[in-house]
Amino acid sequence: MSTVPSMRQAFIDPLINENPITLQILGLCSALAVTKTVATALIMSAAVTFVITMSNATVSLIRHHMPRHVRLILQITIIASLVIVVDQVLKAYAYGLSKELSVFVGLIVTNCIIMGRAEAFALKNNVRLSIMDGLGNGLGYSWILILVGSVRELFGSGSLLGFEIFRTISAGGWYQPAALMLLPPSAFFLIGFLIWALRSWRVEQIEHDEFEILPSAEPEETR
Amino acid sequence: MSDSSQHPAVGARSFSLVRWLQELPNESPAKAVIVTLLVCVVASVFVAGSAVLLRPKQIANRQLAQERQIVEILQGAPAAHDTVGQIDVRDLEARVVELATGNYAEAMDAARFDERRMIRSPTQSVTIAADQDLAQIKSRAKYAVVHVLMRGGKPQFVVLPIRGLGFGSMLYGYIGLSGDTETVVGLGFYEHGETPGLGALIDDPAWRRMWSGKKVWQPGGEVGLGVARGPVVPGTAESRHYVDGITGATWTGQGVTNLLRYWLGEHGFGPYLKKLRRSSR
Repeated sequence: MSTVPSMRQAFIDPLINENPITLQILGLCSALAVTKTVATALIMSAAVTFVITMSNATVSLIRHHMPRHVRLILQITIIASLVIVVDQVLKAYAYGLSKELSVFVGLIVTNCIIMGRAEAFALKNNVRLSIMDGLGNGLGYSWILILVGSVRELFGSGSLLGFEIFRTISAGGWYQPAALMLLPPSAFFLIGFLIWALRSWRVEQIEHDEFEILPSAEPEETR
Repeated sequence: MSDSSQHPAVGARSFSLVRWLQELPNESPAKAVIVTLLVCVVASVFVAGSAVLLRPKQIANRQLAQERQIVEILQGAPAAHDTVGQIDVRDLEARVVELATGNYAEAMDAARFDERRMIRSPTQSVTIAADQDLAQIKSRAKYAVVHVLMRGGKPQFVVLPIRGLGFGSMLYGYIGLSGDTETVVGLGFYEHGETPGLGALIDDPAWRRMWSGKKVWQPGGEVGLGVARGPVVPGTAESRHYVDGITGATWTGQGVTNLLRYWLGEHGFGPYLKKLRRSSR
């Protein structure tokens, strides 16, 4: 990031153009693990958005006094503390959901998006811009999670946020739930399709080959 | 929030330590130590603050989860409907048991029983010898709270607290037995940190349902309950005591087996269960 973006850009760009999941392909672990239902996706989105915004703000605030060779340690300390606070709040106010999310709240520490933004953005930009960037990336992550969670819950359990949409056969209705949707690989497929759709619409997102693969050598030359 | 890229104006009379720190080059070791220390102090204030402030709320949640687990165990019992009809959790009597003797500690109030505090007190807890420590819990309180359902002076059901090491996390739960202690009514864990999709399947209702009806004691009087490796063939001797193992969670299953052997065995609730069995006749 050589040029300083505007406040608007810092917020809008990560939503689609620079989306952490579909363009940067970061944070996939949690995107696969917590999107079985909309409720878990929502809680996870809120948690990650909070952590990334606060960590961006904090890192940016002390960036001029952060010795370069200990900056990763400091960033992890800040991020881990924020995650512990979030975990404590969830255990107090959303006990059931925090049990469903289990280890994945703690694993926000290792979510590459958060440290990625601290390194790539917050270290180089002022506090207000970093907050906007954090919010933008958090929400860019969130809308993908919530979309994937909605599709998985709707077709996997026939409900949305726990409200019945399709009456399943086991409940005496007509809908045969797609069991695949309850398994993490379905999120992989869904995100894959989403990336495909986004890149067909925004052609500039297609990555160019880093190396051109040469044609196979002639059989005579290799013997 | 102001932009700190323009250094905050430091007044001429401001404390010189702040200025010294600001002018210290970022590359100097002193600065690295001081900044790291400051960040750690601020971070620990937030972490400790949130933990302390939210503790009461979390304890309340935990108690609610425990109560719900007991209700689920009793509701899951097919036998419950045959013998006593609908069970109301309020009919359950919480009583403190002295584990070594198996007697009720009449003087102690079950509602104010705090096991975690008791474990920290050397006079109210016992250290478990390594060769007896099947559940890998190192120490336990001398007392435990059991929930008993009495009908006509005889115990119909009893719910016992159990805990032990699974695969790297402590499992906290309850096991419900029939009043004569012969048959499992239900089993459930209200707190654990097992791997989602593998060990965490101990919460799966289908797996939990397999426990009800299992026979507790082997002919010799030892605890027979356990989690098998792989599926249990119905109709075999194994299927009297064992439930199916969970694929990919051998350690968790082993942990459940071990903690059941400990808590139902002679160093756990054994003496109490013996007395309960006698009073049920």
